[in-house]
Amino acid sequence: MQIIRNQRVEEDTWRHAPDGEPLAAGQVTVSLKRWLEERDTLIARGDVGVRLAPADELADLLADLPTITLIVLEFPDITEGRGYTQARLLRTRHGYSGEIRATGDVQHDQLSFMQRCGVDSFVVREDRDMDDALAAFGEVSVRYQPAADDETLIFHRREQG
Amino acid sequence: MYQYDNYDQTLVNERVAQFRGQVQRHLDGKLSDEEFRQLRLRNGLYYQLHAYMFRIAVPYGLFSSRQMHTLAHCARTYDRGYGHFTTRQNVQFNWPELEDVAKIMEELAAVQMHAIQTSGNVVRNVTADQYAGVAADELEDPRPYCEILRQWSTLHPEFCWLPRKFKIGVTGAAEDRAAIRLHDIGLELVRGEDGEVGFKVFVGGGMGRTPIVGKVVREFLEKRHLLTYVEAVLRVYNQLGRRDDNTKARIKILVRSLGIKRFRKLVEAEWELSRDDGLELTDAEIERMQGFFAPPDYQPTAEGAAELEQQVAADKSFARWVKRNTRPHKVTGYRIAIVSLKAPGAAPGDLTDTQMDGIADLAERFSFGELRSTHEQNLVLADVAEGELQALWEGLKALELATPNIGTLNDMICCPGLDFCALAKASTIPVAAQINEKFDDLDYLYDLGELKLKMSGCMNGCGHHYVGHLGLLGVDKKGSEWYQIILGGSASNDAVLGRRIGPAVPLDEVANVIEKILTLYVDLREEGERFVDTVHRTGIAPFKERVYADHT
Ligand code: HEM
Ligand code: SF4
Repeated sequence: MQIIRNQRVEEDTWRHAPDGEPLAAGQVTVSLKRWLEERDTLIARGDVGVRLAPADELADLLADLPTITLIVLEFPDITEGRGYTQARLLRTRHGYSGEIRATGDVQHDQLSFMQRCGVDSFVVREDRDMDDALAAFGEVSVRYQPAADDETLIFHRREQG
Repeated sequence: MYQYDNYDQTLVNERVAQFRGQVQRHLDGKLSDEEFRQLRLRNGLYYQLHAYMFRIAVPYGLFSSRQMHTLAHCARTYDRGYGHFTTRQNVQFNWPELEDVAKIMEELAAVQMHAIQTSGNVVRNVTADQYAGVAADELEDPRPYCEILRQWSTLHPEFCWLPRKFKIGVTGAAEDRAAIRLHDIGLELVRGEDGEVGFKVFVGGGMGRTPIVGKVVREFLEKRHLLTYVEAVLRVYNQLGRRDDNTKARIKILVRSLGIKRFRKLVEAEWELSRDDGLELTDAEIERMQGFFAPPDYQPTAEGAAELEQQVAADKSFARWVKRNTRPHKVTGYRIAIVSLKAPGAAPGDLTDTQMDGIADLAERFSFGELRSTHEQNLVLADVAEGELQALWEGLKALELATPNIGTLNDMICCPGLDFCALAKASTIPVAAQINEKFDDLDYLYDLGELKLKMSGCMNGCGHHYVGHLGLLGVDKKGSEWYQIILGGSASNDAVLGRRIGPAVPLDEVANVIEKILTLYVDLREEGERFVDTVHRTGIAPFKERVYADHT
């Protein structure tokens, strides 16, 4: 399957294991619940990512962040907004440097906001045009506020001339 | 007022181009109705009963003559020759074609206006005291902080999909004219213990179907922490606000269910962790913003005051307007003039294109080219020299905008109701007309004193009925339109929800019922007592008895 990673269309290598089903070989994600239950085995296995639902607490995962290479944030529909905060906190507060991926009802017009919050890859809905989605990143170039990117508060920038 | 720089202008221009693309994708079938809905809402574009409805931001109610001329032009070119001023100080067009909206946006962008975040579950237009900067009872001008909040909240990547809409109101005056206690966040500029000016922060107020008066979440917030603290509140809300039920998703419900103490604790804990994340304001940044709102070049003359005195003595009708529709200004020799958008027969808040152009010219001539819109759906020319008031009044009369009824029963807040709103249970505009017709004797209205009438066509409460001194709420009874009567609410410093006096009355009877209530008030009131104060003193029982006397 194709995804957008770092603003390029790439082939995806991850698989996503439903709870209770055996893990396929290679890179695979599990739910937070499963991660917490099978933590030691999964760390020993390696190549495991964690999926976070909007209501999941980051606190449960913090200690394990260094061992996790992919966190998938779920956006069941376009109005779901908690993932933006999850991404931003993972990046800026908890120093997570692995990949953060958005999945679910993810399309064109959310991409740039998600990216600013620290999401670096996107599973764009299957019925969407990838090129169309890629065009979304540059649409609004002015950012007034800092997020998980390099932007600074607009008032600081003006003061510095 | 604030002037865009390159950043601001680029942002609105790019936003217009982005919207154009969205419309195109929608027309090409690449965006479903529902998907397009979510996007257009973030640009102020609703679909209503008959047509699209386009809401344009007037940040904290301040705009220029030039901008008003553009609104007039848009009303003429893309709408049916009028626009509507809303309870959140914005402007709305009720009849634009989808194909034209991007063009309207372009025209707006050319005069530094936009419609960004005027709807959708985002931080909405920040509102302020309509007399900001000119009120005698003001500690400090709130508008620089409103503009700072506006920019910070614009396209904020983390908070563009909140559980529900989010409204911030700011005041710097002793009298709360901005209803800050009925906002998701209300900010009041206050002096702290050591003499420094900062904010008292209210949270969790709001109208709608579950009206709640906001609570103090922080007694004193240093100015430099304005954004750090507000961001902490938003983050807590974004994570914990309910998303399963739209009617329980506002922050007021979260605050109520957690209790203000627990909510405060959560915010303070979040703030501890995030206050150094780059949002702290420096003195220089605040001063720079204040520079945009510096007082104009006032030139009060002694003759002006004398002239006004003579004119008032010579012309009763002018005197009446001065008394009712002007307010004291902090600079001697100037007055604040209020333009009533509540002429009998007009829909409250509506203005034709000709009136828009006319009033823009008057503002240019008499008030430094600036106008304000108020949450009570009137306009304000804030800086009029006393000697020029009569000329202004003549100009307003010619535009039929000189109705001397500010603060009276007829100066009502009124939502669009059944005429424009799919959710309405009753029409509101005909009720406004009915009341206007019944109470057409200005002297009687003046005798009644300050009376805030607020009317909504359904329990969503866009017309703020629960905080009206006299509130009217449209309900449906077996397919016909009825009204509930609510007494004793207030949106000011003493903010309190009114109480329903009994069963609803038929729409045709509303004005008659109001008459009964007011007649009783006149009997009951003590010297100089306002209607709302009488209701608070006596309770609603006597009014209830009077209104339903015939039915029992
Ligand atoms: C569908 C037809 C509706 C119309 C035509 C309508 C109209 C309006 C207008 C013109 C405003 C002032 C807006 C501004 O300038 O920002 C407003 C505000 C408001 N509307 Fe509506 N509205 C509608 C639906 C709703 C619904 C469904 C709700 C609640 C669930 C609602 C709740 C409110 C509230 C609470 C306010 C502002 C009061 C405040 O919090 O300050 N409205 N509405
Ligand atoms: S109060 Fe009800 S009728 Fe009035 S505009 Fe709001 S939703 Fe419509």
